[in-house]
Amino acid sequence: MVVGKMKLTFQKRVKLAQGLWMLSWFATLGGAVTFALGCFLKTELRRRGEVMDNTDIHCVPNTLMIVGLASMGINYFASRICQDALDPGRFPRWKTFLKPFYGCSVFFTTLMLISVILSYIMKGSLETSLKIGLKNGIRFYKDTDTPGRCFQKQTIDRLQMEFQCCGNSNYRDWFEVQWISNRYLDFSSKEVKDRIKSNVDGRYLIDSVPFSCCNPSSPRPCIQYRITNNTAHYNYEHQTDELNLFIHGCREALVNYYMGLMNAIGAVVLSVFLLQCSVLASVRLLQTSMEAVAGQENVEVDSEGYLLEKGVKETFMEYVDPVLKLLWLNEVTPAEAKAEAGTS
Amino acid sequence: MVLLKMKFPFQKRVRLAQGLWLLSWVAMFSGAITFTMGAFLKTELHRRSEVMHSMDIHIVPNLLMAVGLASVGINIFAGKVCQDSLDPSRFPRWKTFLPPFFCFSVFLTSLLLVAMILSFALQPSLEESLKIGLKNGIRFYKDTDTPGRCFQKETIDRLQIEFQCCGNTDYRDWFEVQWISNRYLDFTSKEVKDRVRSNVDGRYLLDGVPFSCCNPASPRPCIQYSLRDNSVHYNYEYQTEELNLYSRGCRQALVSYYMGLMNTIGPCVLFDFLLQMAILVSLRYLQTAMEGVIGQEDVEIETDGYILEKGVKETLLETKEKVKKLLQFAQVGDASATTTDAQPEEEKPATA
Repeated sequence: MVVGKMKLTFQKRVKLAQGLWMLSWFATLGGAVTFALGCFLKTELRRRGEVMDNTDIHCVPNTLMIVGLASMGINYFASRICQDALDPGRFPRWKTFLKPFYGCSVFFTTLMLISVILSYIMKGSLETSLKIGLKNGIRFYKDTDTPGRCFQKQTIDRLQMEFQCCGNSNYRDWFEVQWISNRYLDFSSKEVKDRIKSNVDGRYLIDSVPFSCCNPSSPRPCIQYRITNNTAHYNYEHQTDELNLFIHGCREALVNYYMGLMNAIGAVVLSVFLLQCSVLASVRLLQTSMEAVAGQENVEVDSEGYLLEKGVKETFMEYVDPVLKLLWLNEVTPAEAKAEAGTS
Repeated sequence: MVLLKMKFPFQKRVRLAQGLWLLSWVAMFSGAITFTMGAFLKTELHRRSEVMHSMDIHIVPNLLMAVGLASVGINIFAGKVCQDSLDPSRFPRWKTFLPPFFCFSVFLTSLLLVAMILSFALQPSLEESLKIGLKNGIRFYKDTDTPGRCFQKETIDRLQIEFQCCGNTDYRDWFEVQWISNRYLDFTSKEVKDRVRSNVDGRYLLDGVPFSCCNPASPRPCIQYSLRDNSVHYNYEYQTEELNLYSRGCRQALVSYYMGLMNTIGPCVLFDFLLQMAILVSLRYLQTAMEGVIGQEDVEIETDGYILEKGVKETLLETKEKVKKLLQFAQVGDASATTTDAQPEEEKPATA
């Protein structure tokens, strides 16, 4: 049962070859764009690598980069094939090459689709990674004298100012950690002693946030200390007033940012995927229609082109069988060796 | 005395025309780049126009944009002229256009140099404009409820955060203005009453700065209030310690930024100027060399090319005479109208 059978006149074959040559150059450009987008995404993920706990999400840009490079190679070969397609003398030399070429191309093109799907699947993993990373960043905010952690303060401050966010889920995350270092606390003062005694771990906890949580758009000079204490500030009720801090948590802000990036990239990669599929389908049609003409004296006859000679399942088994045989061969040899050892 | 005479055999003329055609395309591209850089500089100046008092500095990007556009036109024209120059039948139609074209182009190209000189000469004016603009911005920081000034706070805050600066000259500028609005001051409290009474104008002045002056790179949580009071903060001496605020003033930061921009644009503009002058000189040589060929039977003879037929002084006097004659014709047109009225009166006494 032939899949996608089409009659192709000589003129149509010529047009197909020419159109395919142009299309393959566009698809090469598309592959380069995919590679560039993968690099860009990886750079952006690395920039905020300090507030991420693991690098699982990096599989998305890595896949994009590999697929981009592979697609450039595939389309280059596609253009060479269709250059030689209209010349019956040069076309046969590609014969042995075509089967592995199709196998590789289909594999990498599916990988392109998988990378787009991955970017949505990995959202949960990204969120967890950011949750842990930000929690650590906020915990080590005060350790500006500890080697290895001395830049956490600057990182978190700049992150909050740039993404206009405060804390992990919201500003109250700062109430649960001691973010002022002991170096700057007067342990002889009553207030400090009271606060430290008020919790089990002996931490100096306050209902205040760092300055980087302050929102410049607020009409009032920033209230960052004693946020929950209405009497400490004039004309202030923290339950009803709109606080002049950033309301979003940094986890939410970063996840939105990266999802926005990956949505935009996903749209571009999907169109490159469609372009790639059409290139591969056209190469297949051209190849099969040229094979029908090969060996004939009159090259200008009509011929039939098709996508798959047998059905989809049978063709898939044809491709996968050699790979499986290779694997089974390896399994068979140890058994044979055992049998030999058994007999000897 | 001819200025800078050069001999041009036929081959040299052909090479000159071809080279000039190519060069005119490069110069057109360079003119487009000059226009783009002028547009970029104007956008950057416009973005911070809220803290600038006057628009004097805008003359630099305006000149760059005007000259960039004009130079695209000039180079298209030059390309067309040198395309026609090797064809003696098509060349004469450009004859009348070329002298005014040269004057116009030299004028416009010298405007590029003027723009570059202006970008350095106007630096004091920019600094003064920023000084006044920032002073006003800091003064109206608290007026977030006054229409027309309600965005000053956000503008100044974002400016200080982005350019990593504090105040006009430095952070002490904030001590001299009331930057906290009366809406947020408790006038029944002793502290507020003391501060308001302590100065003539009844303003609430304090030794504190807004949060946007805080430096994230400092290891200590930001100290922005009671900066002059060592006893309020633990382990703090404002005279000796490096404050965790931004140390430079916003005026200096902005001036450095814009001077840096203009210093980067300067070499590109200079390159464009030199390229344009080279094209005009080559076009003049080509024109004068071709004029020697016009009317001759054999087009492949050697001709002379020069920049000016007579010396510089004599050419200037000649142009002066020409312009005078043009003005006189305009005057004579009026004068002849008045003399025809006067003449019958003169003739009358003669006849009488």
